[in-house]
Amino acid sequence: MRKIFRSQRSSSEFERVESGIWEREILACEIAQRGELFGTSEAQHVYLRSLRKRQYRVRAIRILIFVLFLILWESAVRLSWIDGFIFSSPSRVVKTFCAMWEDGSIFQHVGVTLVETLVSFACVVLLGIGVAVLLWYNTELSEILEPYLVVLNSLPKSALAPLLIVWLGANMKSIIVAGMSVAIFGSILNLYTGFNEMDPDKIKLIYTLQGTKRDVLTKVILPGTVPLLISVMKVNIGLCLVGVVIGEFIGARQGLGYLIIYGSQVFKLDWVILSIVILCVIAMLLYGALNFMEKKCLRRQER
Amino acid sequence: MKPLLELRDVCYAYHSRGGETSALQNISFQVQRGEFIAVTGPSGCGKSTLLSLISGLLVPESGSIVFSQEREAEESDGGKKQPSSTEKGIVEVTDAAAAAALRRRIGYMLQKDHLFEWRTVYRNVVLGLEIQHRLNEESKAKIEKMLRDYGLERFRDARPSELSGGMRQRAALIRTLALGPELLLLDEPFSALDFQTRLAVCDDVSEILHREKKTALLVTHDLSEAVSMADRIIILTKRPARIRNILELKFEQEGLTPLERRSTREFQEYFNLLWEEMRDYEEDFPIAAEFV
Repeated sequence: MRKIFRSQRSSSEFERVESGIWEREILACEIAQRGELFGTSEAQHVYLRSLRKRQYRVRAIRILIFVLFLILWESAVRLSWIDGFIFSSPSRVVKTFCAMWEDGSIFQHVGVTLVETLVSFACVVLLGIGVAVLLWYNTELSEILEPYLVVLNSLPKSALAPLLIVWLGANMKSIIVAGMSVAIFGSILNLYTGFNEMDPDKIKLIYTLQGTKRDVLTKVILPGTVPLLISVMKVNIGLCLVGVVIGEFIGARQGLGYLIIYGSQVFKLDWVILSIVILCVIAMLLYGALNFMEKKCLRRQER
Repeated sequence: MKPLLELRDVCYAYHSRGGETSALQNISFQVQRGEFIAVTGPSGCGKSTLLSLISGLLVPESGSIVFSQEREAEESDGGKKQPSSTEKGIVEVTDAAAAAALRRRIGYMLQKDHLFEWRTVYRNVVLGLEIQHRLNEESKAKIEKMLRDYGLERFRDARPSELSGGMRQRAALIRTLALGPELLLLDEPFSALDFQTRLAVCDDVSEILHREKKTALLVTHDLSEAVSMADRIIILTKRPARIRNILELKFEQEGLTPLERRSTREFQEYFNLLWEEMRDYEEDFPIAAEFV
């Protein structure tokens, strides 16, 4: 099980490493700024200035790349290097967005996808913790279920979506289940592995204080794995979105996934591109919300 | 006077797929009330196993661990008393239920303090009381007093990471003492500290234990620590551990702190005696000695 846990993690590893460096630098800046009050040496000032400069430079170049991309795209269409009907363009996307804003259809599509994602995410978190706790309580059960979980986890979940539509009907329920199916097995395995990696001496401590296995769970395992829980959630919110969009591809009358499939079928590629852009924004916002929560949580723990 | 604790021919072996590893063989000794006993021996010989057995975390395969019950007779739970009791007021620890009853009167300090970072110092200290549902006005007042006495009052709402190594160890000690144990089991509680802190914490802990008149059983591989703190030293052989010798320590001046003991003449003598004892043992097994 541990191996799978690793491979699950690796997808977000790059991003974590990158943001780690970033945060450490900001932290260094903050600490150093506090140090300024006590008067620091000239060399320290120079070092800080170079840090801050680099920070600004990175931000500026990030934005510049985005703007350049938009300009290139727009002008390529205007100068007829590429066909705007197939490739759309920033201005066409904005125009489509405004039109859909006015007739309100955009709210419907975004709202449906968002609700489905959040509901399936909530179910994944609750069910994931529940099953992981159950497996932790009963090691024999976890031994029995291990091969099933491993197979289900490595199965491409998009293969399940058509089945779910047939079984549960083309409604929100089956799309929520599709969203869950992508994330649930990985979260169970991750959480279960995390529970078992808890320091055995901390568990022994509870027993020396005459605690029961229940006390070990509520006093050590659950509070001790909060950081893991949040990092699992960060991975899963994106996976739920993937599952929901796959579900909407196959059996939905609304939602961004539906809009993408329908748009491609009727050659309204503005819709497709717009949906993709909105999905990017949603993914970013959801991830940002969890990131914010993580920082708040960890700060409370460190305080 | 009846000993607080008596071990009779205790044997224990670990079982795994690869086979059976005998950890302890025929261990017998007594602990008197108020005594400080050190247990030492080559590393990996089963010292910690001994503490786990006494505390009831493990159940001996054969032999018995007898815990005299005279002082806290009113606390003992009639239902948990075993029919195999040989004498009045004495519990034979031969099964899990009896072991659970016994544990209530034993405090166990592990190698590291294991203060939980997600709790404040105060919430760490009351962990045992919380688990046993004994957190009431009386026990809270006791905790407050101990926090004051051991200089942790200022840090009650701090996180463990804000404490020094010595303070952490004191917090862990309060957590153990809060349950009012009769017997304290110390499993190399100082081994995670640097030498200087270690000497200070040794003095600290031994003073606290004397003040609270606790009986203690200290497991350590540090011979000088054993000599500086104990009234008696039990020396174990290599695995499977048997008792090799029991060394009685007598200092001319009584009531010395561990640090003061270190500068006495007797300290040197006992240390050398212990050293020889361990060396003799290596000579019995020349192959092992070659690698040492």
